[in-house]
Amino acid sequence: MIEFHLDSHSGVAPYLQLVQQVKQALRLGLLEVDDQLPTVREVVAQLAINPNTVLKAYRELEREGLVASRPGQGTFVRRTLAGASLAHQATLRRSLTRWIQSAYEAGLDGESILALFLSTFQEAQKEETA
Amino acid sequence: MSSALETTKLSKRYGRTWALQDCSVTLPAGRVASLVGPNGAGKTTLLHLSVGLLEPTAGDVRVFGLSPRAQPDETLPRLGFVAQDHPLYKGFTVDDLLTLGRKLNPRWDDALARARMQKLNIPLNRRAGKLSGGQQAQVALVLALAKRPDLLLLDEPLASLDPLARREFLRTLMDAVVETGLTVLLSSHIIGDLERVCDYLIILSASHVQLAGDIQEVQRTHKRLIGPRQDEEALASVHSVIEASHTERQTTLFVRANGPLFGPGWEVQEASLEDIVLAYLSQQVTERLQAPPAAQEQKGVEVVK
Repeated sequence: MIEFHLDSHSGVAPYLQLVQQVKQALRLGLLEVDDQLPTVREVVAQLAINPNTVLKAYRELEREGLVASRPGQGTFVRRTLAGASLAHQATLRRSLTRWIQSAYEAGLDGESILALFLSTFQEAQKEETA
Repeated sequence: MSSALETTKLSKRYGRTWALQDCSVTLPAGRVASLVGPNGAGKTTLLHLSVGLLEPTAGDVRVFGLSPRAQPDETLPRLGFVAQDHPLYKGFTVDDLLTLGRKLNPRWDDALARARMQKLNIPLNRRAGKLSGGQQAQVALVLALAKRPDLLLLDEPLASLDPLARREFLRTLMDAVVETGLTVLLSSHIIGDLERVCDYLIILSASHVQLAGDIQEVQRTHKRLIGPRQDEEALASVHSVIEASHTERQTTLFVRANGPLFGPGWEVQEASLEDIVLAYLSQQVTERLQAPPAAQEQKGVEVVK
């Protein structure tokens, strides 16, 4: 089971934040097929938010084919976003951590590291599509 | 969809002062709505008219199609109301308050009231005046919910609460919404908390309704435009310009889009709920400042409550 959190200052609509958090959990393998999402009532009790917001988020995930509601039981994962890449993620995360450490050692701060990563990532994407 | 609350040209005058003027607004059933506006805008007057505590000077108010003053026996059991500063009989114990509620209300749900008090760890033998502010607010809310209302009206329920008590209060409220699907209208000038609990917005200012609608729809249609210095007239012929400000080189507009927004050089930004509310409220100030002296004076009188 996952737990949601809301950032009131992100400017992202609350329902979209819930959708993104489920997708993130699916990508990272925190949620797998047949896992249950928290019930609407549980999310409302935890975050003190409007139930329609939760319903809207779950409907959106359902529309994308990621989850399905089973009457009287709740909402369950139908499809994961992790795919075959999940197995490699741990290794990749370790080498990325090593890279971040060496960036810090070279004197870069957090923002510079992020900027460097993003610009390199964007360049690599361009080459990939070229 | 049926409406929980509907007002038609509702007006209330105290002496020479209009507290509410030509207020026509519809709140669909099942919504959690926030009523926002500055102090003295007429929020409390609108709520008091809705529960029948006040008689309209002109116009009409309907709760589920019924008049709260002409048909109180049918209307009042379906209404819950927590007044500003959540007043309780301070000398009564929580248990006394529950007894009072049970004896006065035909639809009273005693089991629900007691279960909620227990969940909130509120001691039944404690006098209401000895409870913390947050607990008093919770007790007032539980009493209103135990009436099993179809429409719950809350006047500034969050104003005197600290952030934690506020969150707990909203949690109890939202839990009741899930359970019973009741309609809620709460007045507030704290916008941050409303974004997560409300799905409907009513902006009241200077005794007039400025905006009413579904919050997502409101957010979808309101944008901030930033571009090189120019007149807003071309844009204003299609869209509603709520606020405009100019520097020598730059123009910033706050608009309600009445169709697709386009135009060379405009950078379109999303607006937060707080931005939108503030734009509407400051629009009033500008209009008042720009009004001719005679009209300004008169309007000034109307605004004072």
